[in-house]
Amino acid sequence: MTDVSSEVREFASREYQYGFVTDLETDVAPRGLNEDVIRLISSKKNEPDWMLEWRLKAYRGWLTMEEPTWQKANYAPIDYQDIIYYAAPKPKVALTSLDEVDPEVLAMFDKLGISLAEQERLSGVAVDAIVDSVSVATTFKEKLADVGVIFCSFSEAVQCHPELVKRYLGTVVPRRDNFFAALNSAVFSDGSFCFIPKGVRCPMELSTYFRINAADTGQFERTLIIAEEGASVSYLEGCTAPMRDTNQLHAAVVELVALDDAQIKYSTVQNWYPGDAEGRGGIYNFVTKRGKCAGVNSKISWTQVETGSAITWKYPGVILQGDNSVGEFYSVALTANHQQADTGTKMIHIGKNTSSTIVSKAISAGHGQNTYRGLVKVLDSASGARNHTQCDSLLLGGDCGAHTFPYVEVKNPTAQVEHEASTSKIGEDQLFYCRQRGIPEEDAVSMIVNGFCREVFKELPMEFAVEAQKLLSVSLEGSVG
Amino acid sequence: MTTTATTASPRGLAGLEPALNGHQPGWLGGIRRAGLEWVAEHGFPTLGDEDWKYTRVGPILDVPFQPAVGGMKHRLSASAIDGLAGDLGGTRLVFANGYFAPELSTLMALPEGTTVTSLASVLAGDAERLEPFLARPLSSQHHAFTALNAALAEDGAFIQIPPDATIAAPIHLVFVSDAGASPLVSSPRSVVHAGARSQATIVETHVGSGGVYLTNAVTEVILEDGAQVQHYKVQDEADTAFHLAALHVRPGRDSSFSTHALALGAAIARHEVWVKLEAAGAEVTLNGLYLPDGNQHHDNPTLIEHVAPRCTSRQLYKGVLGGHGRGVFNGHIVVGPDALGTDASQTNKNLLLSDTAEVDTRPRLEILTDDVRCTHGAAVGQLDEEAVFYLRSRGVPHQQARGVLTYAFAGEMLQLIGVGPLRSRVESKVAERLNREDTDRETFR
Amino acid sequence: MLQIENLRASIGGKEILRGVNLEVHAGEVHAVMGPNGSGKSTLAQVLAGRESYDVTGKVLYEGEDLLALSPEERAAAGVFLAFQYPVEIPGVGNLYFVRTALNSLRRQQGLDELDAIDFLSLAKERMRLVEMDESFMGRSVNEGFSGGEKKRNEIFQMAVLEPKLAILDETDSGLDIDALRVVAQGVNALRSEGRAMLVITHYQRLLDYIVPDVVHVFADGQIVRSGDKDLALELEQHGYADLEQRATLASAAAPVVGATS
Repeated sequence: MTDVSSEVREFASREYQYGFVTDLETDVAPRGLNEDVIRLISSKKNEPDWMLEWRLKAYRGWLTMEEPTWQKANYAPIDYQDIIYYAAPKPKVALTSLDEVDPEVLAMFDKLGISLAEQERLSGVAVDAIVDSVSVATTFKEKLADVGVIFCSFSEAVQCHPELVKRYLGTVVPRRDNFFAALNSAVFSDGSFCFIPKGVRCPMELSTYFRINAADTGQFERTLIIAEEGASVSYLEGCTAPMRDTNQLHAAVVELVALDDAQIKYSTVQNWYPGDAEGRGGIYNFVTKRGKCAGVNSKISWTQVETGSAITWKYPGVILQGDNSVGEFYSVALTANHQQADTGTKMIHIGKNTSSTIVSKAISAGHGQNTYRGLVKVLDSASGARNHTQCDSLLLGGDCGAHTFPYVEVKNPTAQVEHEASTSKIGEDQLFYCRQRGIPEEDAVSMIVNGFCREVFKELPMEFAVEAQKLLSVSLEGSVG
Repeated sequence: MTTTATTASPRGLAGLEPALNGHQPGWLGGIRRAGLEWVAEHGFPTLGDEDWKYTRVGPILDVPFQPAVGGMKHRLSASAIDGLAGDLGGTRLVFANGYFAPELSTLMALPEGTTVTSLASVLAGDAERLEPFLARPLSSQHHAFTALNAALAEDGAFIQIPPDATIAAPIHLVFVSDAGASPLVSSPRSVVHAGARSQATIVETHVGSGGVYLTNAVTEVILEDGAQVQHYKVQDEADTAFHLAALHVRPGRDSSFSTHALALGAAIARHEVWVKLEAAGAEVTLNGLYLPDGNQHHDNPTLIEHVAPRCTSRQLYKGVLGGHGRGVFNGHIVVGPDALGTDASQTNKNLLLSDTAEVDTRPRLEILTDDVRCTHGAAVGQLDEEAVFYLRSRGVPHQQARGVLTYAFAGEMLQLIGVGPLRSRVESKVAERLNREDTDRETFR
Repeated sequence: MLQIENLRASIGGKEILRGVNLEVHAGEVHAVMGPNGSGKSTLAQVLAGRESYDVTGKVLYEGEDLLALSPEERAAAGVFLAFQYPVEIPGVGNLYFVRTALNSLRRQQGLDELDAIDFLSLAKERMRLVEMDESFMGRSVNEGFSGGEKKRNEIFQMAVLEPKLAILDETDSGLDIDALRVVAQGVNALRSEGRAMLVITHYQRLLDYIVPDVVHVFADGQIVRSGDKDLALELEQHGYADLEQRATLASAAAPVVGATS
């Protein structure tokens, strides 16, 4: 009898495709963190005083906070004084169009399969490309501006739309929300800013591509998306990083605000470098993502495919404040090698007749540890609240782990909350059936895993769904020796 | 048995000291001291403690408790016990404030070699027989209340069943509290040791006649290979009382253990079940029904550790929550790396009857091997309006229709009670309670 | 095409196949009949390469050692098993599955893969053979299919993959009379000179529709009797009880000489 786990063990040793380093000239801050570094970051970005004040308040708050330890993850202590908090590719000239972007940067994005020039011409997806801490290019800006959509780097928004930033920044994820959010609030470098005005359906998908390039840097982006009354937008986020044998910290904050009748769909394919087969290196992905359905009938939907990072902690949540608002969370998380993922969502039901849906598919292979952790909270005001949660875990091999930790807290008697979860190994009957039809074992594993994830993939925009499926399949390549 | 009274401390539970009387062996003194030292070092649980996240023990710690002592006068009679706890037809051991009350107990003929007696009597006569059970408790995962039990426990039930013996009638352990003017804490500790292939049914009933008191009980059940034990626990304490209990179980190879916890009374009650499946092929079933209303708080933590291969665990807990009642289900299954062929399921369903009731449910799975089939589910909801309508269309008045369906929801758990007299007794208790619920359900359609 | 000599298979120390001998030639349809638990389905699973059994003995398929091949290599060599209990594969589209299978076979056989359009027309044609509704194409493999739909799906897959040796494991079980007719019709349409079939069944009624060249009776892990189609009718009349006695005798005696045609 062939050992399924041997093939699955190989699955853990898949190659990371995006691990190259691009030789960019980089402007970096000195190692470590203190108020001077924050002042430096702020002045590099030519920020107004209020922004600096905001950062300093966050920093002072952070100093009083303790790093959380409740996650199901093991890692060596992070030395926050040994991290570089600001690194930017040095622009050769001031940018006015893509033509002036450093060709090395464009080449890097080409290599990643994201041709910025091509995107601009063909694909109809607006891209904000962020390398290390800085936005290097944003495509389609003018076309979007025609309909009133603002899509730019966060730094630019601070300069050009301070009133919007001031009004919404920190309203969903407060400065002192948690240890990593506080750190981000103090040192965030750049990120994307999207504003969809009243009644506008964003004519194209907006996308940010994050790339960590420099060594020993932390990446702290801040993204803020606002959809005004009746507006809607679909936003995509992708990420990769070079292979390095030290760990790098990524502590981003994403805030979404949906006003009355607005809809925001936020999709992520996270493929940060996961570390090597022995668990050396890889990104620590400690992210705070939260949306607020502030208005009635609003909807926020998170879809994530998490295949990268050495450690992932993220719980994209929705605060369902407006009556009849809807929150969704669709997740695929894959851990192989020594990866650890602790991810899930928080659905906070406040308004009447609010509803939320959670679908989580976790795949563990190698020595991967995969945890779903989710909170569904129904406050006493949330009459008629509904939640349905489905968490399934698939185990490939005997050395990995899959954990499910839901928290359900209900204070309203008219709420209906359902949580279901299952955990099992990949079906040997399914594998045999596929193989009997002539499908090689490795393809069969890939096919079954993709089928297992389909409910989530179908929530992704088309191009992303293809990329996500490819990502899983590539992960399975070379798995049968 | 005589004991020296411990000194009451103004610091309540945290200041209690064990009664180190002359009758106990040295090893027991060590256990008691270790228990207290544990409490002194780690303190009492707080909401920051994941396993106590939804249960505040502050109100318990605020009470200036004194430990109950043996030989205290009580005002109880055997007929009063019949009324409070019922007569299930078999052996009945009654413990008043945690101490064995032979005058209230009934002993029946049991298979040869069977021991059903009080812990204190064994401690006084043949203490070494208890050392294996008390000196090496099943659970190393202490919290302050189990540690406190280790420090203070002087009595409880001791049941030992020889291999291959079958005890048909249930063995009924009645723990009755009769608090006087000052708040008392009783700390019964019971040990059930079922020999290989033996069969028995154990029923624990906890009742009280009123007043402020705390029952801090620990029961350990050890099943040898192939043993079959059914355990029932009826918590029907006075509404002014506190009840903290731990049931720790170690099943042997191919053994079968089931427990059924029914939470009816107490202001704050927490009944913890912990099962460590260290021998292959064992089957455990954990059932529970909790019905907090008024200002009651019922917490139901369970932990099942699958260590050995091919074990099966089943859990079904249901809650009906009314008034300002709060219910908690905190179920945790851990499947270790060697527990191949594990089959585990965990289900928790809740019915909220009032605007001010609350339920918190956390079914947790932690799985470290791939050859498993594990599922869990949790639901919070209301009565099926279709069903209510159906009953009404058949002429059943609205309120009554709701009552019938609520009872049916809880009834699934009552059907699982295999001891006839116990089932009828609990059925009428539950029916009475749900009727009481009816009267203050005006806020509800 | 297929030569089985003294094939034994056990699982968890329990011997299920106790020395099977069988020879099947191209173009023939052999029926294997026997009571429940006699090991018929194990024979099918072992021939398809199920890895949970400990197998000894010899199986030559077109002169090659079949037991040395992985399940997918056997499939590529033209061995097809219509499962007694086809599994559900959630999230994997039925048509996508069959196309992946066909192209895997073609790749292993050194042929070009069929593109989506060519495949679609092939699939549609073969679906008509088993009167399968096109709505099945988009659904996940066997998910939510009724028993009869699953069996039709097996025959549909066989029609697309065009095996040389088809093993039909209790394809009739759980079918009503209409479904049975459709399935049998599909099977009959696929009978050909170059193709052999091993039809495993508990009941004689399937053989009213698929008329076998040879009938074997299976009992207690062995073939205890072989004959022409009339043997099936005989069984119908007398049941298996009589035969099981013979099996006991047979296993006590020297290995039974395999059925040949």
